[in-house]
Amino acid sequence: MSRTISIDPVTRIEGHARISLQLADSGAVEDAKFHLTQFRGFEKFCEGRPYREMPALTARTCGICPVSHLLASNKACDDLLAVTIPPTAEKLRRLMNLAQLLQSHALSFFHLSSPDLLLGWDSDPAKRNIFGVMAKDPELAKQGIKLRQIGQTIIEMLGGKKIHPTWVVPGGVNEPLDSDKREAMLNMLPEALTIAKDTYALFKTMVPTFKDEAEHFGTMQTMFLSLVSPKGQLEHYDGFLRLKDAQGRIVEDRVPPSDYPRIVGEAVEDFSYMKFPYYKPMGYPNGIYRVGPLARLNNAESCGTPFADVALAEFHMLQEDSGPVRSSFHYHYARLVEIIFAIEMMQRLLKDTGILDTRVRAHARGNRDEGIGVSEAPRGTLMHHYKIDEAGLITWVDLIIATGHNNLAMNRSIKQVADAYVDGNKLSEGMLNRVEAVIRCYDPCLSCASHAFGQMPLSIELKDASGTVIDRLVRDA
Amino acid sequence: MPIIATQPSVRVVTLRIDGHDLSAREDETIIEVCRENKIPIPSLCWMDGLSVVGACRLCMVEVAGQNRLLAACATRVAEGMEVTTTSEKLQRYRRTLVELLFAERNHICSVCVSNGHCELQWLATTCGVDHVRMPYRNHGYAVDSTHEMFRVDHNRCVLCTRCVRVCDEIEGAHTWDIMGRGSDCQVITDLARPWGASDTCTSCGKCVQVCPTGALVKQGTSVGEMVKDQHFLPILARRRSAR
Repeated sequence: MSRTISIDPVTRIEGHARISLQLADSGAVEDAKFHLTQFRGFEKFCEGRPYREMPALTARTCGICPVSHLLASNKACDDLLAVTIPPTAEKLRRLMNLAQLLQSHALSFFHLSSPDLLLGWDSDPAKRNIFGVMAKDPELAKQGIKLRQIGQTIIEMLGGKKIHPTWVVPGGVNEPLDSDKREAMLNMLPEALTIAKDTYALFKTMVPTFKDEAEHFGTMQTMFLSLVSPKGQLEHYDGFLRLKDAQGRIVEDRVPPSDYPRIVGEAVEDFSYMKFPYYKPMGYPNGIYRVGPLARLNNAESCGTPFADVALAEFHMLQEDSGPVRSSFHYHYARLVEIIFAIEMMQRLLKDTGILDTRVRAHARGNRDEGIGVSEAPRGTLMHHYKIDEAGLITWVDLIIATGHNNLAMNRSIKQVADAYVDGNKLSEGMLNRVEAVIRCYDPCLSCASHAFGQMPLSIELKDASGTVIDRLVRDA
Repeated sequence: MPIIATQPSVRVVTLRIDGHDLSAREDETIIEVCRENKIPIPSLCWMDGLSVVGACRLCMVEVAGQNRLLAACATRVAEGMEVTTTSEKLQRYRRTLVELLFAERNHICSVCVSNGHCELQWLATTCGVDHVRMPYRNHGYAVDSTHEMFRVDHNRCVLCTRCVRVCDEIEGAHTWDIMGRGSDCQVITDLARPWGASDTCTSCGKCVQVCPTGALVKQGTSVGEMVKDQHFLPILARRRSAR
């Protein structure tokens, strides 16, 4: 008699989702599914709007990573204008993207995932949140909040506000950087780097204690997709697409972002509103790949900044063979490496003498009828693709967001974790939390709406085929 | 060339507005006197330099001895008049009017090119509109982006007819007009032809500058970048009047 366990909602992620586990008679997990239960409809309601509104419209997809959408959308609009933006504008955009990476990774690691890592998977769920972390290690919690604040403050200094800035525009940015702001930003970054390095050092000592999780949290064989720079280095703003397989062999390289439709297809399943992107030449679902910090570090030959390069070398040692790091648990590690990289790279950009140049915008009209913009969001590769009519109104939109790329991998990961930890005959809190935790490794960003620090009500029910509840576990709000 | 203004032969009247004793020319309207004396009174369709239509009803005031509210833009001052521009009742009416404007079309400030420089947005703030109590119509309107320099987004139009009047009265082109009835009203160019195909439009841009919202904007502007300059209007209107 088959039974289904439903985890609804999944907490401490950005957005609304549900997990269902299908159990066999023996109590073993037969199937596991990650359901995105919210519908947004951006691709449809953007039709008919002027393309210059697209950056602001699509940035509303998310309140955590609006800068990522802002950049990918503006890059698509640059493509429509057929312009090369001034070099200073590109540096400023990079700067904002790195600040966004810093604040988003800090949110994911400290606010959402550290309660599991520091307090334990089986700890009291009432305390397994950022407040529990504050109680156990107030200094660490403060540092996490500080790190995020620095990222957010830099975004505000550049764009006028922390969330949904409109400073990035098609053709560049609408205001140059002044020297006072540059100094203020440079003064903040040493503290950020110290926090990042301390946290990295701490987490490095903790990794061996999570050996079991590292072996069961999404270790399946998948490819890895990300942007890399023309030199093959870690890249978040521009460059070429690279796809590596699970053994580390390069499957696709130097793919111009505009050529993404050749390699990325999107499948649809009836159990989720999220699409299932896949590598087209291998078909669905064999073309499974992962994106995000893990994929970026697996694909990059180096970071290009001193501390991050050392951390990257240590990251590669997590995998015993010489191939890419395959466990999704190590997304956390990769995130910390990227935080160090973001801070070092921001320092480099701000010390660049050209950063104060006042020529920051190229002006043009819509010169192409199709534009593609690809950048790396904190959670992975983000693709914006627009078509416009002669008057510059949007006729077609396709957005492939980072979390979407990871959809197949997230579904496989929860199946693997459920196989390892779930006993269908008797539910336990730790079991429930581990299934959620593997999703948190990917830091899925399902919408801008929800930030539930473990305070959301959660119920998990075990039902038989007739719908009778045979076991129930409730977490109150 | 300087304009030689002839002294109008009008009388001066005294009146009281919100407890202040004021004097004004007898051919002035209440709203003009309020503006001269820096007494805040909301308005949308009224604009110094254009004819009066009294359409938006936001400038309604209470006048002692009158059993109904009067539009300050369409009411001339009179000797001994006592006017109240702010009361609980007026505030309630004004807030409701602004809410109705928001509910009728699709004013999404956060993604609008006029965000931060919009008269409707400013009115909403001053009238205390923190949310809209009536259901939105959610009717989708087309965007006409066919003009080389400008764009009209009917989703953001409040039908104040400033564009219609400035085009007719100041530019003399009469490109703009109104089509339809009730909430289906729409401003149109020529006989509802695309703006870019208009034979009469001189591309002067006056309609864009006087538009209070992000309905009429310049091409090439991104969110929050459309700042309007309306200083030209009273100057041009007085020159025309002097002629």
